[in-house]
Amino acid sequence: MAGFAYFPHTEEDIRVMLDRIGVRSLDDLYSDVPADFVYKGEYDLPSALSEQQVRDFFDNLGKQNTSLKVFVGQGAYDHYVPAVIPYITSRSEFLTAYTPYQCEISQGTLRYIFEWQSMICRLTGLDVANASMYDGPTAAAEALRMSVACTRKRNKVVVSTKLQQNVLDVVKTYLKYPDIELVFAWDVLEELGPDVAGVLVPSICRHGVIQDLTGMADAVHAAGALLIEYCDPSALAVLKTPAEWGADIAVGDGQSLGIPLCYGGPYVGFMACRQEYMRKLPGRIVGQSVDKSGKRCYVLTLQAREQHIRREKATSNICSNESLMALWCTVYLSLMGPEGLRKVNELSCAGAHYLYDELLKTGRFEEAFPGRPFLKEFCLKPLVPVDVLQQKLLDAGFFAALELDGYVTFCVTERRTKEEIDELVNVVKGIGL
Amino acid sequence: MRYYDKLIFDLSHPGRTGYSLPSDFACGQVSCSDLPENLLRRSALDLPEVSEVDVVRHYTNLSQMNFGVDTGFYPLGSCTMKYNPKINEEIASHPAFAGLHPLQPAETVKGAQAVIDGLDASLAVITGMKHFTFLPCAGAHGELTGLMLMREYHLAKGDTARTKVIVPDSAHGTNPASAAVCGLEIVEVKSGADGLVDVESLKPLLGPDIAGIMMTNPNTLGLFERQIGEIARLVHECGGLLYYDGANMNPLLGKVRPGDMGFDIMHLNLHKTFSTPHGGGGPGSGPVGVGERVLPYLRIPRTSGFHGNFGVMMRAYAYILMLGRENVKMAGPLATLSANYIKESLKDCYKLPILTVCKHEFVFDGLVNDGAREGKAGATTLDVAKRLLDYGFHAPTIYFPLLFHQAIMIEPTETESLETLDSFIEVMRRIAAEAAEDPDILHGAPHNAPIGRPDETAAARNPILKA
Repeated sequence: MAGFAYFPHTEEDIRVMLDRIGVRSLDDLYSDVPADFVYKGEYDLPSALSEQQVRDFFDNLGKQNTSLKVFVGQGAYDHYVPAVIPYITSRSEFLTAYTPYQCEISQGTLRYIFEWQSMICRLTGLDVANASMYDGPTAAAEALRMSVACTRKRNKVVVSTKLQQNVLDVVKTYLKYPDIELVFAWDVLEELGPDVAGVLVPSICRHGVIQDLTGMADAVHAAGALLIEYCDPSALAVLKTPAEWGADIAVGDGQSLGIPLCYGGPYVGFMACRQEYMRKLPGRIVGQSVDKSGKRCYVLTLQAREQHIRREKATSNICSNESLMALWCTVYLSLMGPEGLRKVNELSCAGAHYLYDELLKTGRFEEAFPGRPFLKEFCLKPLVPVDVLQQKLLDAGFFAALELDGYVTFCVTERRTKEEIDELVNVVKGIGL
Repeated sequence: MRYYDKLIFDLSHPGRTGYSLPSDFACGQVSCSDLPENLLRRSALDLPEVSEVDVVRHYTNLSQMNFGVDTGFYPLGSCTMKYNPKINEEIASHPAFAGLHPLQPAETVKGAQAVIDGLDASLAVITGMKHFTFLPCAGAHGELTGLMLMREYHLAKGDTARTKVIVPDSAHGTNPASAAVCGLEIVEVKSGADGLVDVESLKPLLGPDIAGIMMTNPNTLGLFERQIGEIARLVHECGGLLYYDGANMNPLLGKVRPGDMGFDIMHLNLHKTFSTPHGGGGPGSGPVGVGERVLPYLRIPRTSGFHGNFGVMMRAYAYILMLGRENVKMAGPLATLSANYIKESLKDCYKLPILTVCKHEFVFDGLVNDGAREGKAGATTLDVAKRLLDYGFHAPTIYFPLLFHQAIMIEPTETESLETLDSFIEVMRRIAAEAAEDPDILHGAPHNAPIGRPDETAAARNPILKA
């Protein structure tokens, strides 16, 4: 066998090992596999590439992608990524560890998860957060299931159609198979009733409008249900928190906390809730304790909630989550601090409103939701053909004006410069009415 | 490893910052404070205020209390802690991919689509499945997606009566949980004395209410389910489907394809079999593959927000290209060689409940001589695990599978050298000797880790879950 970088075995090693086992060949190790199932073909795969060839391969594929200036959000935001983060998250001790089962040699992982939980609590204002979920949409779906587990004899959930499309799609998928009734509604309050366990609403709607949830929690609670708020954690630096709105559970995607777009993943979901629902929270939770000598330490705790203990009685099956991406966000929030995160919002907000005004001035759009407040994402009603608009923008290197419900949506983060915005507006001006 | 006591919050000092953003508002003057008052946050945001160097040192210090595959041998059963090649990391952060928005038009993401298609085709070849969906972000997420496909298959035929799924008693804990979450009732099938699914026990369970069976093969004892052909025939005959839990796929690389064994749906853990790093508990990727029967339904379940964990897929594809056909087929046999070598080298010190050849992993049932004597408790599996930490190894999976009370589940993988395996064997033997001599040495372990054993009961009774 020719040497291969990831397999240390020499011919001699293999011989020594086979002798110890008492078999003659590697094939003998598969003597328990019925002959019919032993694969005798040759995998239709390319021959091994060298490392440089692999680099070249992906360089070439990369050339088939078009690098665009991103002016769309819809759940994936092109925020600035501090240089520190990838250096920290690529440290082998974090990157190549498993779930922290052996806490004595996993204090690094356990400590940052505890910090992440703490930061999510501080952002949302809620009492308890878990170690992370796969992404925002799955966190939303799990929160709805959780609301059913938190209430008695209630088996219906109400989901606002103001949520982003991928949240609606995932929620619909997750709730299709278990015996939970799912109702979509533009006005969720109209659907409240004695069988409703949970109500899911966004803090910023799919069209970018910041939602005024005044009275929402009271109405939901009066009906005996839980209020679940889907929020952008970055925006929580400036917007009213789920706790301040009276929500019981907050979920969302941590991607806006400095995670690269990376064609949609890996991102990270978060979930936080009020203290009283702590024992229904899915996923892993890290708690603080002391070791035998009294040293502060961190452990996976409240495991009686988890799937591997509850097995068929489980209400969630999540185990591996997005730990390293939670670290990513934790480092991001540490670097940003309260001022930095606020500034990200100020710059995005200023840029978005500038683009909004400039686009309206072109005469190629009408307001979609006049007077409604937005932060970094908004919709306009196009007065020019959408396909022409999109193609012109694309040709000029912009990903913008994604079609949504008969409108087009834009998003501006602090990464976008005034020059880029002006250039985009100029492209729009060049489109004939 | 060095104990370090701080949380990032402990380092906070008002006025310090670690960010670098443009200083002025180039784009006009609209501020967040111009938004309606009642939409704005009222409470102060108590995030740490620290400098960049504070952040770097803090997390570097944290990392030094962690053990990873790059630190040392990590024989965690059913977790396939193989070496994570570094080229994969470089590829995953390639700027031509990292900046792609998931909703970009198809003509601008042809390279990304080529990665997905190339990985799909490679996995199909390796597993004997037709196609994969990459939406699942972890193994359990793959199980859930796969079971949804199982339900779609039956529902499409108008068959609503199939609400039960058979799960062996040796199954990974996620199997019954995934089934429950998918609205399926679990029927457990017992293992025989040989550790394999007992076909005679299976037969009476089969009927018109069975959606399918979930199996991992080799099973969690590391044993190949020899009767899989008969099981597949029986399950299909009753109208059910076979789900393959790919957590144990590694030993089959190059040797056996789940599709050929009759499985209709399967998931893979790219973070196990295809070398992507575990990241302390994710991000993983749990693509689900299907055979002919289930292919029409593959795109129905939308189980994550965009295209799945694309960055993880990049790593797995790079790994397959590095290995090529000639090395992919060696991974399974070499992993199996390592496992059998350890098993044979330790079976005189640790109880081996099942003697036959294993695949990528095997299970001991505690020490042969745990040192128990008058007035002194013997050393348990937990004690052995903790003592291993003192000697610079990660512990195996313990107390799983549930079939054995003192289970120690060892999976060495193909990336470990004979010297590494020998030093592990030597340490395991030394620990067995220590236990026989004085189990208290083990009871007190670990002695050299950053912390000793924690008070887990106190942590659960009085939970402190945030700073």
